[in-house]
Amino acid sequence: MRVSQHHKRNIRARRARIVVVSLLGLLVMVFFRAQVYRASDWGLQADSNRLRPLTLPPPRGTIRDRAGRPLADNTTGYSVSILSASPDSMMFSLNRVREHLEIGDRRLASALRQIENRSPRPILLSVDASFDAVAALEERGSVFPRLLIETRPKRRYPAGEVGAHIVGSVGEINQQELESEQFEGAQPGLIVGRSGIEWQYESILRGQPGVRYVEVDASGRIVGSHRGFRRVEEQPGGDLDLHLDLDLMEWIHHIFPEGLGGAVVALDVETGGVLALYATPSYDPNVFAGVVDQEEWRRLSQDPANPLFNRAITAKYPPGSPMKLVTALIGLETGVIHPTDRMSVACNGGYNYGGRRWRCWDEDGHGSLDLAGAIKHSCNVYFYQVALRIGLLRMLDRVNRMGFGGTCGVDLPGEAAGTYPEGPEYWVRRYGYRPREGEVLNLAIGQGPIAQTPLMVAQYFLAIARDGSAPSPALYRDAPTTEGFRFEVSQENLEVIREGLRGVTQAGGTAYLSSLEHFEVLGKTGTAQSVEGSPNHSWFGAIVGPRGGPPEIVVVALVQFGGSGSQVAAPLVSKTADFYLRGQHGIPRDTIQTLREYFQVGRNTAWALPANE
Amino acid sequence: MTLDLPWIRHWRFTACLLLLCLFGVAMIYSAGVKNIPSPSLERIWIRQAVVLLGSIVVLIVLSRIPARWFEWMAMPLYIMSTAVLAVTLVVGTGSGAAEGVRSFIRIAGFQFQPAEAAKVVTALALAKLLAGQREGPAYLRDLVKPMALVALPLALVVLQPDLGTALAFIGMLFAAIYWAGTSWQLILFAASPGFALILSFDTRLWSAYIILLVVALYLNRYRLYLVESLSVIIANLAAGAIAQPLWNSLAQYQRNRILVFLDQEIDPQGAGWQLLQSKVAVGSGGVLGKGFTLGTQKRLNFLPEQHTDFIFSVVGEELGFLGTSLTLLLFGYLFFRMIRMAEGLDPFAGLFIFAILGTWLTHVIVNVGMTIGVVPITGIPLPFISYGGSFLLMAWVAAAIIVTMARDAR
Repeated sequence: MRVSQHHKRNIRARRARIVVVSLLGLLVMVFFRAQVYRASDWGLQADSNRLRPLTLPPPRGTIRDRAGRPLADNTTGYSVSILSASPDSMMFSLNRVREHLEIGDRRLASALRQIENRSPRPILLSVDASFDAVAALEERGSVFPRLLIETRPKRRYPAGEVGAHIVGSVGEINQQELESEQFEGAQPGLIVGRSGIEWQYESILRGQPGVRYVEVDASGRIVGSHRGFRRVEEQPGGDLDLHLDLDLMEWIHHIFPEGLGGAVVALDVETGGVLALYATPSYDPNVFAGVVDQEEWRRLSQDPANPLFNRAITAKYPPGSPMKLVTALIGLETGVIHPTDRMSVACNGGYNYGGRRWRCWDEDGHGSLDLAGAIKHSCNVYFYQVALRIGLLRMLDRVNRMGFGGTCGVDLPGEAAGTYPEGPEYWVRRYGYRPREGEVLNLAIGQGPIAQTPLMVAQYFLAIARDGSAPSPALYRDAPTTEGFRFEVSQENLEVIREGLRGVTQAGGTAYLSSLEHFEVLGKTGTAQSVEGSPNHSWFGAIVGPRGGPPEIVVVALVQFGGSGSQVAAPLVSKTADFYLRGQHGIPRDTIQTLREYFQVGRNTAWALPANE
Repeated sequence: MTLDLPWIRHWRFTACLLLLCLFGVAMIYSAGVKNIPSPSLERIWIRQAVVLLGSIVVLIVLSRIPARWFEWMAMPLYIMSTAVLAVTLVVGTGSGAAEGVRSFIRIAGFQFQPAEAAKVVTALALAKLLAGQREGPAYLRDLVKPMALVALPLALVVLQPDLGTALAFIGMLFAAIYWAGTSWQLILFAASPGFALILSFDTRLWSAYIILLVVALYLNRYRLYLVESLSVIIANLAAGAIAQPLWNSLAQYQRNRILVFLDQEIDPQGAGWQLLQSKVAVGSGGVLGKGFTLGTQKRLNFLPEQHTDFIFSVVGEELGFLGTSLTLLLFGYLFFRMIRMAEGLDPFAGLFIFAILGTWLTHVIVNVGMTIGVVPITGIPLPFISYGGSFLLMAWVAAAIIVTMARDAR
C-alpha cells in the first residue's frame, strides 16, 4: 500500500503542515490588520456603540437689579428623554411614556423626525416635566428602560409680573435656530432667550453646554449610573447687573391706578440708566420658564387687555402738552421768541387762525404770558403763536433732527420708533394733501400725526435735565453708552425751560398738588386726546432732585384713558420719584408724599410755598 | 499493568488539548460576565468544566481499550450512529439560539448532539474503508465509496439543518482522502462541483470556469477514465444548474449571511449586525485587549452568541491580538502534533487522525474566519473553546482513540 511508503508519507505530511500553517497564518494576518493596524477605528466604534452623549444644559446667568435682587434665576426642573435605540423600541417607549406625560404636538412631531433619522442623541420629550409625571415614570422605571430623567436648570422669575416686560421670556430652541449660524453646535432642548433682556443679552446669559456620557447596552438600555461620566463641564452663563431698581418697580406697581393700563419710565439723570420701566397690564413670565405652554400663550395673546404688549417701549401715544417744550426750545433757538416776550395775542380761551378757532384747554383764557408762564399754565394760545413764528417746515426739520422720528436705542427688543412727520410729503402720502401752515399749530401742542413711546418722552425730559443731550437708556449696567438724543440749544435757554417746568408744581401750576416736601419737581402735565368718546390719555413727565441741587431722576408716566395729566399721572410720577430719592438720600419712606396727600391727612404744608411770580 | 499510559506518552498532544479546553472554560466564564445579569449564562462555565472532567475520565477509560477494537467496531458504530442521526430528524429538538433545528436528543435530562458522535464514528469508518484498500485512490471511482460513506451522515445533518457540521464532514473527507494518497489533481476534480456552485452566480465566470475545467480534464486524461471526466463535467453543470433553486431554498437568514459576507457594509442594524459587532469587538481589542472579562462589546450585549459561536470575538476583545495569535498558534501546534503522530502510525491510525484533523481544522478556520468576516457566518463552534458538551466529549473520545492507536502501534 502506498500509504506505508515512508518517503511519500513524509511529503504528504510536509504539504499538510504547509496547508495548516498557511491557513492559520492567513487568519493571524487578518487579525493583525484588524487588531493592530485598524484597532483605533474599531475602538472608536466600540465607544460609540456603548456611549451615548448627553448634553448638559448650562444654567443661564442670573439677572439682578441694582441692589442685587434677582429678576431671573434658576431652580430645578426635570427633563424626560428616551435614549436612542432601534426605531421600533423607541416608538414603543414613546407610546408608553405618553400615558404618563403630556407631549405637545410640535415636540411629538420633532421626536418622530429624530427617531426616523436615527439620531444618536437622546430624544427629548419634555424639558419641564411636572414632579408628579416624573415620579410616576420613575416608579415604573423597569417598564421604561430607555427613559432618561434628568434634572436641569429651569428659569424662575422671582419678580413675577412686575419684571415680566423687562426680563422677557425664554423658550426652547427651535428647528430654524438649530440650523442657523448663531446657534452653531446647539442641541435640541437648549433654552434660549425669546424676548426682553433674556433675548437682548442671550450671548452673555446662555453659557456653554457640557457633555457627559452614559453607557448603554445593545438594546439602548442604560447600564450603570445614570449620572454617567463627564467629558466637558458645562459653563454657566454670565450674570447681568441692571440699573433697574426692583423695589421702585414694585412701588410703582403698588401705586399705579388700578384697572388702567399704561407705563412708568424712570431714568437716572447722571447715567441715563433705566431705574424703572414699568408697563401694565403684564403677565407672569414663570409660565414661559420651561416649555411655552400653548394654552397659556393663547390665553395671553388673546386677552383683550393685551398683557404681552410692553406699553413703555412698544406702545405709542400722542404726546400732548409735553411737546410744547419742544416748541419752546425751537422758538428760543431760532430766536423767534425771547423768554420774557409776551405774545401779541393774549389768551382768551382760543386763537383764530386760518379761518377757524384754535382752542386753549382753559376756556377762560390765560391772558398775556411770558414763556415760563406759558409752560406753567400749558397755554395753547402762546404756543400756537410761537409755532407760527417758527413755521411748519422749520418745525418739522428741527423736531426730526432731535430724534423724535427714531428710537431711543434702549437695550430691549421691540422698541417702536416715534411717529413724527418727516416733512410735508407725510401729509401727501398719508392724507393725500399738502399740509397748510395751520398744521404747525397742532404739532406745537403735541397733537396731530404725532405718537411717541413713554420711553421716548422720558429720554427727552432726560435731555432737558442734562445739557440738552441724553444717552440711549440702558438696562444693563455695562451696556455701551451711545448718544440717543440731542437738542441744539444753549444752556441759558435750557434753564429758561426748566424754570417754566419748575412753575408747574408751584402754586397755580397744573401740578401744584403733586409737589413734594423734600424734592423739587420740574414737571409737565399732558392730556392727550385718545379715541373719540373715551377719556384722554394722562401724561406727566418730571425732572426731580433735591431742592437746590442737580436733578437726579427723570420720571414719565402715561396712564391710558386716565383723564387729566395733573390728576392721574402727576401724582404717580411724584410718588415714584419721591420713593426713589428718599431711598437715595436716607429719608424714611412714607406713603404720604404729595401735597395733595399732605392736605388730605392734614400735615404741615409750610414747605409748599406760593410761587414768587 | 504498566505505567506506560498512552495519554502520558503523548503528553504534548494531550496537554495542548487540555490547555485549549481550560482556556475555553475561562473564556466561557468571561462570556458570562456582563453588565446585564443573566444567571443562566453566568454559571455555564461550571457545566463546561464538569463535562471536561468527565471527558478526561472517558479518555482514561477508553485508552485502556485495545486499538483494534475501534477498527472492528468502526462499521457497526457507523451504522448505529447514522441510524441515530436519522432518528434525530424525527425526535430531535433545538437548543439555545438554534431553536428551530432538530439536532439534539434528550435522554433523562441530558441532551446530546448525535452529529458530534457521528463525526468521530464516520472518521473511524472512513479510516477503515480507506485503509482497507490495497492502493491509494488513483482514480475518481476509488473516491466514490468514501464520498458515499461521508455523504450519508452529511445529508442527514444538512436536513437538521446544520450546515456548519456538514462543512466539517467535507473537511474530514478531503483530509482523509489526501492522506490516503490521492493526488491533488484528483482532489480538485472531486471538489470541482463545489467551485461550480459558488461561481454560478455569474454566468460568464462560470462558463469560463467550465472551459478551464474541460481543458484541465484533457490535460489530466491519463488520470481519469473518460466516464469519470464526463461525470465531473456533468456534476459541474448540475451544480451550476441547481445553484439558483438551492439559493431559493435557503432560509432568509442564510441568504442574508452570504449577502453580508459579500458586502459587509450592508444593513448594519439588521443582517449585518452580528458580523459588524464581532468585528468591532475584535478590532477594538487592539494588541493587548481590554482585559479578561472586561470587554465592553461583550459586557453590554453587543456580541451575539458570545459563549458559543462567537467566543473567539471575546478572545479578540479581551486578550487582543496577543490572545488571538497565541490561540491560533496553539491550534497550529496541536495540528502539527497530530500530523507528526499520523506520520509514524499505521494507515488506519494515520487516516483516522487526518480525518479528525480535517474536521477540527475546518471548525477553526470557519469559526475564527467568520468572527472577522473572511468566511460567511456559519453556526459552527470553535473546537475545545466554545461552550458545548457534545463537541467537547467527542473531541476527547477522538483524542483517546488517537493515543490508544499510537500506543498499540508500538
